[in-house]
Amino acid sequence: MGTYEGLQGIWVLCGVRDGQIDRVSRELLGEAERLGAVEGMKTTAVVLGREIPQIRGADHALVVQDDSLSVPEELRWTHELYHLVRRYRPQVLLLGANGFGRSLAPRLAARLGTGLTADCTALDMRDGLLVQTRPAFGGNLMADILCPDARPQMATVRPRVFRAPDWEAARPCEILREPPAGPDTLSRLVEITGFTPSGQDAAIGEADILVAVGQGIGSKENIAMAEKLAELMGGALAASRPLVDGGLVPYAHQVGQTGRTVAPRLYIACGISGAIQHLAGVAAEKVVAVNIDPDAPIMERANWAILGDCGAFLREMVDLYTTSPPSVLPDRHSK
Amino acid sequence: MRIYACVKQVPANNETRLDPVTGTLIREGSPGVLNPLDAYAVEQALRLKEQYGGEVSALSMGVPGVRDMLRRVVALGVDRGILLTDRAFAGSDTLATARVLAAAVNKCGMPDLVLCGRVASDGDTAQVGPMLAECLGIPHVSDVACIEEIARGEARVRRLGDRGYHSLRVRLPALFTVLKEICVPRLPSITGVLRGEKAAIAVWGRADLGSLEGGVGLKGSNTRVLRSHRPDLRVKTRAVAGARDLMDILREENLIAEDRVRGDI
Repeated sequence: MGTYEGLQGIWVLCGVRDGQIDRVSRELLGEAERLGAVEGMKTTAVVLGREIPQIRGADHALVVQDDSLSVPEELRWTHELYHLVRRYRPQVLLLGANGFGRSLAPRLAARLGTGLTADCTALDMRDGLLVQTRPAFGGNLMADILCPDARPQMATVRPRVFRAPDWEAARPCEILREPPAGPDTLSRLVEITGFTPSGQDAAIGEADILVAVGQGIGSKENIAMAEKLAELMGGALAASRPLVDGGLVPYAHQVGQTGRTVAPRLYIACGISGAIQHLAGVAAEKVVAVNIDPDAPIMERANWAILGDCGAFLREMVDLYTTSPPSVLPDRHSK
Repeated sequence: MRIYACVKQVPANNETRLDPVTGTLIREGSPGVLNPLDAYAVEQALRLKEQYGGEVSALSMGVPGVRDMLRRVVALGVDRGILLTDRAFAGSDTLATARVLAAAVNKCGMPDLVLCGRVASDGDTAQVGPMLAECLGIPHVSDVACIEEIARGEARVRRLGDRGYHSLRVRLPALFTVLKEICVPRLPSITGVLRGEKAAIAVWGRADLGSLEGGVGLKGSNTRVLRSHRPDLRVKTRAVAGARDLMDILREENLIAEDRVRGDI
């Protein structure tokens, strides 16, 4: 057993996907290490599940393994985490700001009676306190938030804000096992009875590249072409509200204030004017805008602007991907 | 069936709410509107009432002027509006807000269902719903896309998860936050508007809500805003001729090739 003291630092609740610690959790483990170094705090990866993957990149791993933990469910996870937090009293607890984390974290924070900051885009340590930076008012305001008195200081962090460290080179950690607290009365009230995957194509929150379509896309064929390009680039199709409301693209693809917030490395906006409600959901590293209107607001928010027809652009892009020799184009499946 | 819809007044436009010089909020002059996503919670509540009978109450914490917004919600067919307003509530963070709402729900008696919009357009936290459920000691499901059936004290719902739709069975009472794909909100009728104008909106303050354990307002909030600033959203835009040139740039910038090859999942 490790010391209790070692478990009082920074915790990262790790999600598991395809038998591995998922990407946002790795990003958070990397950031936790950086924050921990500032204040001399140890880091702990917290993993709950039926099968526990290989865990790296922290001082300790706190593991609760049980058959009843096969599917993440907020009430059950709240119950388990509540007991772990009460027992070891970490200073900081970070969670990925995906759908599950955004639903679990407030439940847990309320049970613990502590502060929670949603959807952070930057973290820092100052005088022993976690400085949590988050956007509000559709990205028009950034706020630095502290939780001075209550513990743990809790934050959900947007995927792709931090770079995931090299997993193979990450240090091994000391594994500590905890027995499950078991189902409580509340979690017995919810039963997950089925799952319909929306397919890779709708995973817009996780894609590196999004090809997004808006009202100026021109035709259904162009939407299909955008989807094709997204697939070729190893990305996903996104859409602005009018196309979703018009029934041309399913809701799971919608980016913006009434859809999802996305943070891909590259956002290719085709025929999207760039209304503030749409841009509120775009936290991309780089933006390409393709539009026939030079005065469209998106043209000022784009790193690269192409004045022209979306259909012609998409066809040319697809051609470039399908006709260029593989040595020139990236092989997205190789590691 | 008794249903509570929690609603919030938000600024009509996020852009105009900030002083361009100081980056601080301009509270005056900007009209308040019903949070766009709360309209779906209200609509879903009304549809459930139409299907299963019962009554719908709309609950909001805010400044006294929110009374007018609640009238507009009553105009849609909601049976009563309750406004929670008090100087003591000012500065509440999400948990303190949830405590106030929970106290109001408890004062009226536990309903069968509490519905909230997925997120408010101003704060953008999506936290108050799950926190309110915890304060009430009832289960919650976030991001509900469809309420398929309610029978025998149980709801069958479909929720949008990170990688697809989950089907769930939930014992009532429960709290759901709903997505906009759940329904299309109605417009108020003329008789509804007239009814809303005449409706008596209950106004409750700190003293009406009992103990509020854990505290409310700024004092009862664990989170503190250290500072806020307006981010510089301008970027240097470069005109690009077409797809071929763009591909060269993306390659140069490492945006389409090596990064994926490096193996980040």
